[in-house]
Amino acid sequence: MKKTDVVIIGAGPVGLFAVHQLGIKGLEAIVVDNLDKAGGQCIELYPDKPIYDIPAVPECTGEELTKNLLEQIKPFKTEFFYNERVDEVKQDKDNWIVKTNNKNEFIAPNIIIAGGVGSFEPRKLSVKDSEKHEGKSLFYSVKNKDEFKNKNISIFGGGDSALDWALELSKFSKITLIHRRNEFRGAPHTLSEIKKLKNEGKISIKTPCQLEGVNGSENIESISIKFDDGKIEKIKTNIVLSFFGLIMKLGPIAEWGLNMNKKTIEVNSKNFETNKNGIFAVGDICSYPGKLKLILSGFHEVALASVECFKRARPNEKYRFEFTTSSKNIQDRLGKK
Amino acid sequence: MPKITYKDNQENSKTIEVENGLTVMEGAIQNDIPGIDADCGGSMACATCHVYVEEKWLDKLPKAEEAEVDMIDMAFEPKKNSRLSCQLIVSDKLDGLIVTTPEKQS
Repeated sequence: MKKTDVVIIGAGPVGLFAVHQLGIKGLEAIVVDNLDKAGGQCIELYPDKPIYDIPAVPECTGEELTKNLLEQIKPFKTEFFYNERVDEVKQDKDNWIVKTNNKNEFIAPNIIIAGGVGSFEPRKLSVKDSEKHEGKSLFYSVKNKDEFKNKNISIFGGGDSALDWALELSKFSKITLIHRRNEFRGAPHTLSEIKKLKNEGKISIKTPCQLEGVNGSENIESISIKFDDGKIEKIKTNIVLSFFGLIMKLGPIAEWGLNMNKKTIEVNSKNFETNKNGIFAVGDICSYPGKLKLILSGFHEVALASVECFKRARPNEKYRFEFTTSSKNIQDRLGKK
Repeated sequence: MPKITYKDNQENSKTIEVENGLTVMEGAIQNDIPGIDADCGGSMACATCHVYVEEKWLDKLPKAEEAEVDMIDMAFEPKKNSRLSCQLIVSDKLDGLIVTTPEKQS
């Protein structure tokens, strides 16, 4: 079990800035996020969309914002645990024990929940038996492409993931690409490659249609798709890959005994602590009178929460408010001379 | 104020008055209409405010932008009359609009 001052749940912009606010106060944090990289919604939902309301930054994309925040917290050498979801939070006297679905355990006097709308998970198919086949012949991501060699693969979706994997896997498998409308959305080069492979008969494209059912007892043997005109077609399939994007699920957070209001966690607006001492909620996931779901609000929230985190992590030290412009301590922590 | 009717997939319906300028999604959220999640808060990034628009209203709505159609690809059981309710801005012209929420949003 790893000991730290603060466990931050969520590596979105607010979680990242929490590292900074804690770091300049001399506190160490670890960050857990269910995605495979930092940035949260900024990276997953709108990496290329410009944001116009970050103070003193007239315009930046979600990707740039994330990159700059990571740069800003570099001096603190924070450990990140990606592809992990916090499943359990248990009290141990003045500390909290945090367990992830990857069997990592942390102990800390503070937890900052910067979880946005919850953890990102793939949107799943809803046809009968889809759960039964999941992980065996139905997948929502490709971890090891060697498992997809010499198969009949049906790929669902019309975006980048579906197109990229159709191209990649067509090198050694028979691919059927299925989408609900005739237009695909992808990089021009990808789209022309797909067209080329289609003309060469290496990829079969079925549109506009949707999955009607999967057939097979142990493993999927075939699928049925339904076209817009009502026609149904059966396709021999060993593997179904489905790429309908990610959805956000609150998940286990709802079970930690925190006061909730719909899908948000109630906090006070003095230090953004929840009804449990030492557990804070900041950013989109918290609610208090007048709450605005803006990145800049989250930045303010972590600044205040970090003060209370300090008091809990260093009960024998007195907290002193300091400016980055003049504090020798802060400048040392930032590696500035 | 324009009246908007929200139906669920069981045909239960609720009609509420929604102020001009709000979106059909905001009308639902402010009035605790179940079935519209709107996880991303209306930034057209999540497809959890997906609704089916009654056929006769389809032509009266401004056409969906490309980005909305792309997002609908990610919605739960999209159909021809699918729209994201965060992109439907209420006006007097939409008085009487009927939308149906899908079985679930995610």
